Amino acid sequence: METKKAIISVKNLVKKYDDFVAVQGLSFEVYEHEIFGLLGPNGAGKTTTLEIIETLRDKTSGEIIVDGFSVDKQPQDIKQIIGVQLQAAGYYPNLNLIELIELFAGLYGASIKPMEMLEKVNLQDKAKAKYKALSGGQKQRFSIATTLINQPKIIFLDEPTTGLDPQARRNLWDLITEIRNAGTTVVITTHYMDEAEQLCDRVAFVERGQIIALDTPDNLIDKLVSSGFERKKEVKKANLEDVFINLTGQEWRE
Amino acid sequence: MQKDIHERNSDSPSGAGGYNNLTATLALAKASFRSIMRSPSAVVFTLAFPLIFILVFGFLGGGGTRIDVGVTPGADVNNPVMGMLEKTGMIRLVKDKSKAEFDKLLEKGNVDAMIDVHRKVNSAAYSVNVVYTSASRDKGGILKSVLNNIFYDKTLKPTVAEIKESTITGREYKTIDFILPGQLGFSLLSTGVFGTAFVFLSLRQTLVIKRFFATPVRRSSIVIGEGIARIGFALIGALFIILIGHFFFGFTLVHGALTVVNMLMLATLGVIVFMGFGFIISGIAKSESMVPPISNIITLPQFLLSGTFFSIEAFPSWLQPISRALPLTYLNDAMRKVAFEGLGLWDVKFQIMILLLWGIGIYAVAVKVFKWE
Repeated sequence: METKKAIISVKNLVKKYDDFVAVQGLSFEVYEHEIFGLLGPNGAGKTTTLEIIETLRDKTSGEIIVDGFSVDKQPQDIKQIIGVQLQAAGYYPNLNLIELIELFAGLYGASIKPMEMLEKVNLQDKAKAKYKALSGGQKQRFSIATTLINQPKIIFLDEPTTGLDPQARRNLWDLITEIRNAGTTVVITTHYMDEAEQLCDRVAFVERGQIIALDTPDNLIDKLVSSGFERKKEVKKANLEDVFINLTGQEWRE
Repeated sequence: MQKDIHERNSDSPSGAGGYNNLTATLALAKASFRSIMRSPSAVVFTLAFPLIFILVFGFLGGGGTRIDVGVTPGADVNNPVMGMLEKTGMIRLVKDKSKAEFDKLLEKGNVDAMIDVHRKVNSAAYSVNVVYTSASRDKGGILKSVLNNIFYDKTLKPTVAEIKESTITGREYKTIDFILPGQLGFSLLSTGVFGTAFVFLSLRQTLVIKRFFATPVRRSSIVIGEGIARIGFALIGALFIILIGHFFFGFTLVHGALTVVNMLMLATLGVIVFMGFGFIISGIAKSESMVPPISNIITLPQFLLSGTFFSIEAFPSWLQPISRALPLTYLNDAMRKVAFEGLGLWDVKFQIMILLLWGIGIYAVAVKVFKWE
């Protein structure tokens, strides 16, 4: 862990809207080949931070380096090496999945086989389907497929599991872990702490545009326990989600 | 040296030089074209709508037209001109009547024109003399167009030395010759305005454009790619309308394929100018439901006042200056001149110039109000 190399470094990031400070002095680093989680309530500045790193939004001040490229000076270079999944983004209307992948391949200037991309996210059966006709989990998997087209070094996933059923959620965790294991750094935002605990190597808690904690999930939990925290209710060996999965099965419902 | 090489290497893998804007633009054009072809509203506005009008007016007007042409007593009837006239199927030659009888029929408009063909003295060529009647102006106009067409015919041209015409009527064409360019113009207007406005608004609202911005694509590629697709679609629609008009309703194309090419070039200019309206609307509309009302404010007046259905000369004089201010008026005018009178693009440079001025004005506004996010 100690010798990890930072692939993203954010220093004193500030984003001001007219009369509102969305991000006030964020600093953190994301290491190569890790799954890094940005956690926090709605409006804490997670999405704003992501979009500034993704070069989609201007910052007010601060310094951001992504794989050696500065967001100020080399945004085009950054776009080439990142894959972006936006919260609630749509896709070009009236096109099927293969055609959408072809479009993105053209936009990135990447030569890929669309079907292979769909196979990576297990959507080969839906090749001729329209994006609108997909289920929630399938939509998210497709979005992730579009982030992989340019073989990026880093992918950004903004709340990829929001609104998914437990099966689809677990299935997406597996996919994200596979992508990381294949050598891609993953930056993810989520509202689900069980997800962050299972998935993320390190997490940062963002609150009112500031980072209030940053560590591995284990360390953060240990720290809280050592401070004398106790749950009101004794934890059982399984929770209700385990019951749900046990009753309804592991296979995807879509 | 060593350092130099290292720097170059570190730059090359992701340097902007490796990225091809043309590939991105064409990928967008392809995607957009596919999308348009599958969009029912685009197909309805560009093709079905104009075709219905052409069908209606085609059957109302041009289809049943028959022109009675009196053959001046003593004229040569066994000549290629007469043969060609009969072959058109629209013209009935009336013979075997005295000069006095013809004069009466002409006066009443029962005969639409008189024709006299004589072999010129000391020559193999013919001299054609046509007399129209003011009692039947529109049919006289049609005859004129038919004659025009015939004299452009290669086999006939050498044998006709001269055409003498008198009582030349105003520019009244076949119904289809008037209706089709108007419908074509309106088709270009609606596909340019509605299509562009809807696409850019919905791409913006569904964050498709934002997702594009996360790729290395340039903004100009997005606009140009979309433009290529829309122009391509509009031209296919235009070609379809022209060919149906020509082969089913006898739409006049004076110089055949060349005329079609000229018309398509005008169509390209038209749709580019009209797309500017679409960019403006996509910028000022807050939601998709606002697109049709704003688009109609732009398209409906032009639909009614730009000589789509009626010649603007038929409008009251106070209305005519408004008509003459609208861009569609000039596109329609140029189309008719090119198709029917066989003029080249240089001959309609005035109309083209007005369209270009409109284009500059529209795009100046579009650049200000267009929103990416």
